[in-house]
Amino acid sequence: MNLKLKVWRQPSQEAAGKFEIYDIESVSEDSSFLEMLDILNERLLEKGEGPVHFDHDCREGICGMCSLTIDGIPHGPERATTACQLHMRHFKDGDTITIEPWRAKPFPVVKDLVVDRTAFERIIQSGGYVSVNTGAAPDGNAIPIPKKDADFAMDAAACIGCGACVAACPNASAMLFTSAKASQLNTLPQGRPEKDRRTLAMVSTMDAEGFGNCTNYGECEAVCPKEIKLDMIAKLNRDFAVASVKNLFGKAG
Amino acid sequence: MQVTTILFSSLVKKYLMAVTGLIGVGFVAGHLLGNLQVYSLLGGADAFNAYAYKLHHLPYGLLWIVRIVLLATVAVHVWMAVLLTIENKRARPEGYADNSTVQATYASKTMRWSGVILLAFIIFHIAHYTTRSVPGMKYNETIEKVPLMKEGKPVMQSGEVVMTFDAYTMVVQGFSNLPVSIFYIVAMGLLCLHLTHGVSSMFQSVGLRNHSWQKRLDKIALVYGWGIFLGFISIPISILTGVVS
Repeated sequence: MNLKLKVWRQPSQEAAGKFEIYDIESVSEDSSFLEMLDILNERLLEKGEGPVHFDHDCREGICGMCSLTIDGIPHGPERATTACQLHMRHFKDGDTITIEPWRAKPFPVVKDLVVDRTAFERIIQSGGYVSVNTGAAPDGNAIPIPKKDADFAMDAAACIGCGACVAACPNASAMLFTSAKASQLNTLPQGRPEKDRRTLAMVSTMDAEGFGNCTNYGECEAVCPKEIKLDMIAKLNRDFAVASVKNLFGKAG
Repeated sequence: MQVTTILFSSLVKKYLMAVTGLIGVGFVAGHLLGNLQVYSLLGGADAFNAYAYKLHHLPYGLLWIVRIVLLATVAVHVWMAVLLTIENKRARPEGYADNSTVQATYASKTMRWSGVILLAFIIFHIAHYTTRSVPGMKYNETIEKVPLMKEGKPVMQSGEVVMTFDAYTMVVQGFSNLPVSIFYIVAMGLLCLHLTHGVSSMFQSVGLRNHSWQKRLDKIALVYGWGIFLGFISIPISILTGVVS
């Protein structure tokens, strides 16, 4: 298939970026979106032009590195699919495809389509952990956990931290990510002792990083490759309200 | 954690938006029920004027307490909307070339615009029927007082008939003006749109929604929004078509 690519090129964080148009011919329908970009880069290198920089790692849809906004939709048109697992058969011969980086102030563009997502790491650092004393490994079944809670925590833990939620949100809000990371631990008994402190800290770090506010569009849920639901955000809203009131009376855990 | 950090957090803004929204949702329902008394089936002119009289003669200055609470509610709702908008714009300095969305509703994407026009509507509405100070519509001067009626008989107080402002005639005259009525109908359409997102969204914002309740609440919001819309617009339409006169 033959395609026209409209790709965002930006030499560095400080430099201004712009779109470049590339025609790419005879792309296999079986190639993945990233393989298609590999082909483009090989041809650019052959011509002596600089390749298009983009993030990728596992190419199995589990690492959360790929971060392409394809025709305005983070990770492209397929639901529950990362860009690396998106295949060219979902496009038509002759299509023009617009490829942009995640766009959010806390995710500055490093180069072309590569963005710096360290802001997510700082949210995790502020509360996305449980404090465990070292020593002999505890018995895995020592603490009974209701199936419902275990399932909910697993759904939350499916988040790969790719940042598509932020990219898709018209407000560049990081609520889906933060709520998944907080809920994963807040739901389980091991995470409960630090629940209030964690909730308050992660939300305040998220705000300080400059992400926008959630206004319940639901776009994050629609693009999430791991199908994290808005339920996580509702839970964080609830946990934060409880933690705030407890904090007011010096009772936050 | 510092109380101020919590107070200025993104989530507190959302809570305030939801709570003030809920007060607004309750108010429009009460307002509609009161207005529907213009229909002779539900009371008609005498009942409508008696209702207006009652509101204006509530004990303990309740009328002003309610007014101040409602004005504060609108003020906080608008203030939060402004803060959220500014911060959200700041969070994405460089926009997308392609602004596609997947499942965001039209209502959710137009909350700002429906909100701004509704604010203008609220200001006009208060000037139109509460302070009665819209130029050319100064009903205070032209509308005569009528006797306060109760169960078909004039209410007497120390041997004299109690007179009251003819709010019913004010409404009929007000909506006989076609451009004004059209503005009211359009504003109610936007209120319907605003409510279809807001009524469900406010539950999400305070954490009282999950996947199955989202579906129910979205339907409730749709029915509520349309109910408010049809209820309110029926009055100017009835007056313009002569059903109510």
